[in-house]
Amino acid sequence: MIEIGIEIEYLPYIITVLLIASIYAIFSLGLNLEWGFTGLVNFGHVAFLAIGAYTTVLLNLSGVPLILSVIAGVALAGLCGGLLGIPTLKLREDYLAIVTIGFAEIIRFFLLNEEWLTRGPMGVHVSSRPFEELIPGDYNFFLFPFVLGVLVICYLLLEKLVKSPWGRVLKSIREDEDVPASLGKNVFSYKIQALVLGSMIAGFAGSLLAFYLQYINPRNFMPIETFYAWIAVVLGGSGNNRGTILGAFILWAFFSGTRFAQGYLPFSPTQMGALRILFIGLLLILIMMFKPEGLLGKKEELTLTK
Amino acid sequence: MPMLSVHNVEKSFGGIKALDGCSLEIRKGAIVGIIGPNGAGKTTLFRIISGFEKPDSGTIVFNGEDIGGAASFEIARKGLIRTFQIPKALTKLTVEENLLLAPQFQYGERIWNVWLRPKDVKRQEAENIKKAHALLEFLGLLHLKHEYAGALSGGQKKLLEIARALMVDPKMLLLDEPFAGVNPTLALRILEWLKELRDRDNENDGITIMVIEHDMPKLMQLSDYIYVLNKGKVIASGAPEEVRANERVVEAYLGGA
Repeated sequence: MIEIGIEIEYLPYIITVLLIASIYAIFSLGLNLEWGFTGLVNFGHVAFLAIGAYTTVLLNLSGVPLILSVIAGVALAGLCGGLLGIPTLKLREDYLAIVTIGFAEIIRFFLLNEEWLTRGPMGVHVSSRPFEELIPGDYNFFLFPFVLGVLVICYLLLEKLVKSPWGRVLKSIREDEDVPASLGKNVFSYKIQALVLGSMIAGFAGSLLAFYLQYINPRNFMPIETFYAWIAVVLGGSGNNRGTILGAFILWAFFSGTRFAQGYLPFSPTQMGALRILFIGLLLILIMMFKPEGLLGKKEELTLTK
Repeated sequence: MPMLSVHNVEKSFGGIKALDGCSLEIRKGAIVGIIGPNGAGKTTLFRIISGFEKPDSGTIVFNGEDIGGAASFEIARKGLIRTFQIPKALTKLTVEENLLLAPQFQYGERIWNVWLRPKDVKRQEAENIKKAHALLEFLGLLHLKHEYAGALSGGQKKLLEIARALMVDPKMLLLDEPFAGVNPTLALRILEWLKELRDRDNENDGITIMVIEHDMPKLMQLSDYIYVLNKGKVIASGAPEEVRANERVVEAYLGGA
């Protein structure tokens, strides 16, 4: 009886961990489309998460219906992705990396400083969440299956795409863009499409993150969030959607597992935070050494070599 | 009207004039060879015709349209397809996928069609697979269709690249050293095959081919006409026998030994 009692006690926590992991899995799927399948180095993926979250919350707060606010967030994230791609994607590949990381910081500082719009460091409270009034008890028990559903739909739509002729063009760009160009494919347009779609997915993840957090502020959108997505993608296997989802779940299981272990280890929370990052670094090094294609990736499709 | 006409094209890289007023004409249905010593500007000429490089000056007209300065993918869409000197097989795609990439304007290359018209996408894909298999069978690569192209030998990659170019149904092919690294028997088969493509009954179907090649006997056998490049200029042209007899050519290229 006592054991069951403990399980029930832990259930909300487990649900919460799975919920966050699912949101990050969606976020990472967007990056996997850009890097894993197209070879675009986006170091500012978090910008689109922030744009999706803030647009949804601020519009809803000003009276726009929730569903329209989410759509606007997704659309604005996609639009920004496209606008960012136009000047950079015609240049060498590293330009995108530099510009995106700069863009993400610009967005964060914008959120921090334009208080008339974003309330700056104070952050904003989420005014309503989907079906909130209909859900009795712990809202996360509804939000988790909802987010999981979104994740499954994103996964299925993306799988359909990457296995289509469209996905084949992306993979050819990833390896050597001269080939698709010599065969009549508009490489630039495909890169923009991948970046816009990846950004829209991140924007959607942002809306969902806001629903989970209930209160968002610029600190939720630090550059490290981008690299969590990178870890998920690289860990699971670049260019493998299932791998990316697995990577995101492993990452968050690890984060929460170490939080659990906190009580049994002789470290302060600050030390523990640093150790956590250290362990992730170690894990990445080991992956690079022994399984560079990631857990579910194919060796023959290893994207890190050129 | 010629299929391709290049007029007075110039291109410099830093202080080096890779092309120095290069002009040539290729009539429809011809197989034209380009020879010349290393550094004569052959590959640069290919890169410029195929839009991978912009000419400094001069005009290029393909099938009645000015293509000078157009993007490479736009030129490819008009039916002018090139291959690369060092074969660019996509090693992380399978042999079959390499070929399936080539056909133009596939339904499945648009996101909405993939999601909303899966049947049309599938039907077209099935047609393309059929065509790809026929090509692979001819080249003796069919048993490798599900292998990653990275596993192929250098010669096989070369074949794969020509097959991929042909999947497009091009009006004209630019082949950069198609026989380099291919075993002689297979090279002869490709040679025959290229001639066959050109000679197809229907006049409109016959393909025009421009080929850079160092293997002189094969080139002589294949070409109707040969242009000789040296230092970015055409120094001689004519039927293979004429070119072989030309003293300037012997001096610049064939001779020296």
